[in-house]
Amino acid sequence: MSVFSGLKFRKVSSPIHNLDPRMKFVYVCAIFAAAILFSELLPLVILFLIQIPFVLLASVEREWLRSMRGAAFLATIIFLTNIGAAFFRDGYVFTAPSVEGAVAMTLRFMVLVESFSVFFLTTSPDHLGLALEQTRVPYEFVFAFTTAVRFVPVLAEEAQTIMDAQKARGLELERGNFLKRIRNYIPILIPLIIGAIRRSLELAEAMESRAWGATKKRTNLYVLKMHRGDVVLIAITFGILATAVYARLFVRIPPVNELLRNLP
Amino acid sequence: MIVVKDVHFTYPNGIEALKGISLAVHNGEFVAIMGQNGAGKTTLVKQFNGLLKPTKGTVLVDDINTTKVSVATLARNVGFVFQNPDHQLFSESVEEEIAFALRNFGFKETVIKKRVTWALNLLGLTQYRKTSPFMLSGGERKRVALASVLAWNPRILILDEPTIGQDYQQKEKLRQFILQMRTQRKTVIIVTHDVEFVAECNPRVLLMRDGQIIADGEATKTLTDTDVVTKASIVPPQIAQIFLCLPNMELPKNVIDVYEAREILLKTLERKTK
Repeated sequence: MSVFSGLKFRKVSSPIHNLDPRMKFVYVCAIFAAAILFSELLPLVILFLIQIPFVLLASVEREWLRSMRGAAFLATIIFLTNIGAAFFRDGYVFTAPSVEGAVAMTLRFMVLVESFSVFFLTTSPDHLGLALEQTRVPYEFVFAFTTAVRFVPVLAEEAQTIMDAQKARGLELERGNFLKRIRNYIPILIPLIIGAIRRSLELAEAMESRAWGATKKRTNLYVLKMHRGDVVLIAITFGILATAVYARLFVRIPPVNELLRNLP
Repeated sequence: MIVVKDVHFTYPNGIEALKGISLAVHNGEFVAIMGQNGAGKTTLVKQFNGLLKPTKGTVLVDDINTTKVSVATLARNVGFVFQNPDHQLFSESVEEEIAFALRNFGFKETVIKKRVTWALNLLGLTQYRKTSPFMLSGGERKRVALASVLAWNPRILILDEPTIGQDYQQKEKLRQFILQMRTQRKTVIIVTHDVEFVAECNPRVLLMRDGQIIADGEATKTLTDTDVVTKASIVPPQIAQIFLCLPNMELPKNVIDVYEAREILLKTLERKTK
């Protein structure tokens, strides 16, 4: 669950929080694309490090670390799968390049988690909704999206209450074999889902009684505008992307173990 | 018997909900815990069946330390009915819902059948035996939740806000039922804001504020003490308020029961007219 808490927005003000969410999204996509371009370790290390200044500027280090820790489990699986496959492929030995390859694949995953984490940690759901709206996504969809995001903590709290209520009736979640354990969650999931459906219907009624959708043309109190910071971010984004494409096409990227060996 | 010794409890988000609570609830006692929202009432009762464990201090339920055993083990003796029935109902029929806990505790199928029938009868739900709990009204769902806990006959019963959404007749039934539990020497603990209901039942009352107990005693004493009552963000029962508003008539200050009040008023008026 901790990987989700690493994605949870907390309202603070920082140069990164104040950036246009659309530009931040373009940045995340660029990092995503760049990470996919490379399977070598060196550029992925650079991509990983590039984002740390953003984390520091936004002062979300603690949350960011938590999301990294949350991703550690999946990262371990990725590492073990890669190293395991290489081990069998190379004839039951660990070679330096195969270890490096496995580390690179793991780091690629971490880069993706890192960039998404920075995006969600520094972008409020409202801002995100505004960005979608101003990119001409129909308001109904935008509203559904922002509402869904906003209700995640509410649902999490409700799940905890339901768990308590069922435990008080003698339910032991950790009891039994694997299949039984999955079945143990039915008494938690059904009230949770029914509660969510009931709440959504109530929300719809409450909104309609407050004249939701009465006017076709909506105006916004806040309008997203590009500032100097956004221009800088776009410049950085294209810089990263252009360098990545150039490096991919025209530069031979040396393996890290080779660099280490050539150290004086 | 429940013994609470200097219990402190802090939630993971840093909120200190209980600040040094000590109390003892004896077998067969009927206790009402009252106080403002966020005073720590529910947090306190959740300590009794081990859903929450104290950060400092100890909670002993029948001499068992709650930190040493699982919730399921404690729940066998401590029944807890949550405020909102929708947080626990999930089965296809009322019957199945009531049988759920019995199956968890490992009762035999023949016993389960008998217990379910008994609980359905007790709460007037027999006609809904095969109905889906989700098709029932709010008050009925609340009764199903209560029946599903009573079915295993716990020695200690905790009810969180049992009177919310219940009409007067159902409240009266609940009161009768609690009195019946007392004759069986069962402990009943309720968490409530319903002053009138408490006045009618006349239990031992614990008033809470900011994670501490500020008053503990008979309802006639605690609920008529205007100072503590104000501190706990509640008001005295209406009968007590009337008596407090008539200082010239020299009425006793600790009356909360309607029939007792009527007798006193009649006598006083008789004396005055003579």
